[in-house]
Amino acid sequence: MEPVIVFEQVHHRYSGEAEESLRGIDLAIESGSFTAVLGHNGSGKSTLAKHMNAILTPTEGRVLVHGVDTADEDRLLDIRRSVGMVFQNPDNQIVANVVEDDVAFAPENLGVPSEEIRRRVDEALEIVGMSEFKQHAPHLLSGGQKQRVAIAGVLAMQPEIIVLDEPTAMLDPQGRAEVIATVTRLCREKGMTVVLITHHMDECVGADRLVVMSGGRIVADGSPAEVFSRVELMESEGLSVPETTRLLYDLDREGFDLPLTALEIDDCAELVARTLIK
Amino acid sequence: MLKDITLGQFFPGDTLVHRLDPRTKLILLVVYIVALFQAKSWWSYGLVLFATVLCMAVSKIHPRSIFKGLKPMLFIIVLTGLLNIFYTQGTPVLPGWIVTWEGIGRAVQMILRITLLIAGTFLLTYTTSPIALTDGLERLLSPLKKIKVPVHEMTIMMSMALRFIPTLIEETDKIMSAQKARGADFETGRLTERAKALLPILVPLFVSAFRRADELAVAMESRCYHGGEGRTRMKQMKLQGIDALALVLGAVFLAAVIVLRHFGL
Repeated sequence: MEPVIVFEQVHHRYSGEAEESLRGIDLAIESGSFTAVLGHNGSGKSTLAKHMNAILTPTEGRVLVHGVDTADEDRLLDIRRSVGMVFQNPDNQIVANVVEDDVAFAPENLGVPSEEIRRRVDEALEIVGMSEFKQHAPHLLSGGQKQRVAIAGVLAMQPEIIVLDEPTAMLDPQGRAEVIATVTRLCREKGMTVVLITHHMDECVGADRLVVMSGGRIVADGSPAEVFSRVELMESEGLSVPETTRLLYDLDREGFDLPLTALEIDDCAELVARTLIK
Repeated sequence: MLKDITLGQFFPGDTLVHRLDPRTKLILLVVYIVALFQAKSWWSYGLVLFATVLCMAVSKIHPRSIFKGLKPMLFIIVLTGLLNIFYTQGTPVLPGWIVTWEGIGRAVQMILRITLLIAGTFLLTYTTSPIALTDGLERLLSPLKKIKVPVHEMTIMMSMALRFIPTLIEETDKIMSAQKARGADFETGRLTERAKALLPILVPLFVSAFRRADELAVAMESRCYHGGEGRTRMKQMKLQGIDALALVLGAVFLAAVIVLRHFGL
């Protein structure tokens, strides 16, 4: 797998701040993968996301998107076109009063011909399952629906990579499930590279790779099963682990010897059952 | 109470008026306003009133929605009427009164003029989606780009403002409920007290509006927004037969009003 986004010793300090928000990040996001970045507030995870489409540029080190340095202002549009970004608050990223006009915003900016925009808008709305709402006013939709419109707005640019910066933070449980299902499908069916920034550990379970951030550094990186099995580390970072891992961990402390890799409830139940039969 | 704000409201439909190109409608509005200010006599006022009612009928806009939009202007309309009644010289209605027949006539005409002016403007916004309206405005004003007028920037600001009206109204409602829950009182007291009570609403509203603007700008940039240069449109504007017809009718209408004025009618 070739890396599509590469961070090389990236440091970032917001102007006027004494502390660095990113302190030497080395990270390579592989094409077609689903990467989750987990961390609590102030861990630097949003700052990390904003480096991926050149909203922020490193104060030290460099970020490469498809081999292009994000500090290269002449290539800004190329970078933003290939890395779509979805933000936390759906209200503040929707620009039009009608759903389909909003989805058309990015291709209009890119100067795509009218008929092609029409095709892309219909396709993007189809993918996120919002076709029937294309004539609706966005402010009358639910949070989950608005966020899906925002995702469609990004898809209409036809990016290879989609970065979601806490897309579920303002949504109810149902809206969260809608958005996560949509994002997972984009990766698994459309082969898109997905980077999901979140502070909900349960949203990371379905990812290929889990990166945990704390204090501007990467403190853990691996498959979700590997990362969550390091229960002590996660707890020292103030992050919880899925309840399945927690159960297996507690059982191990009581003298059992179970692997901590069963994240799904069914797998975990089977593992416990088999051990008890023995 | 805030739900009643009709500014920037749009009633979707498929009537002849809805199907007109936004540019045609903008030009016709200008023609209409010019005609309205040219009108001097009852004949010409009658003609403008007839044109307005005709457009309303064709666009199937209910008079009630127009009156709803007039409500906030009621004070100005009544005040204008009263001033005209009392400050016009002429024949008194009864000997010794300051109210004159001429005054009453002027008052009715002024009220008619303001009402028709607002009604005409509402007809445009009710039948044209905000995006179409700002796109039309941008195209109409595009010659001004040659003399470095930032037409695109102005129209995109306008469409963002229209886009955020419902969001900010919702937000205001939320803040007001929160303040009421903590005992704030917006309905009673003298005017100055009520104005002071609004301060705790305006401050958080402004703070959040600035935060929203900031996030919106980043989101727009992320979607490759880089000004009006090289932008294309999904929905292209096309002038059609009915646009030509409407423009001709508009010209005839304006000519009629001017001719009436010329003959002192």
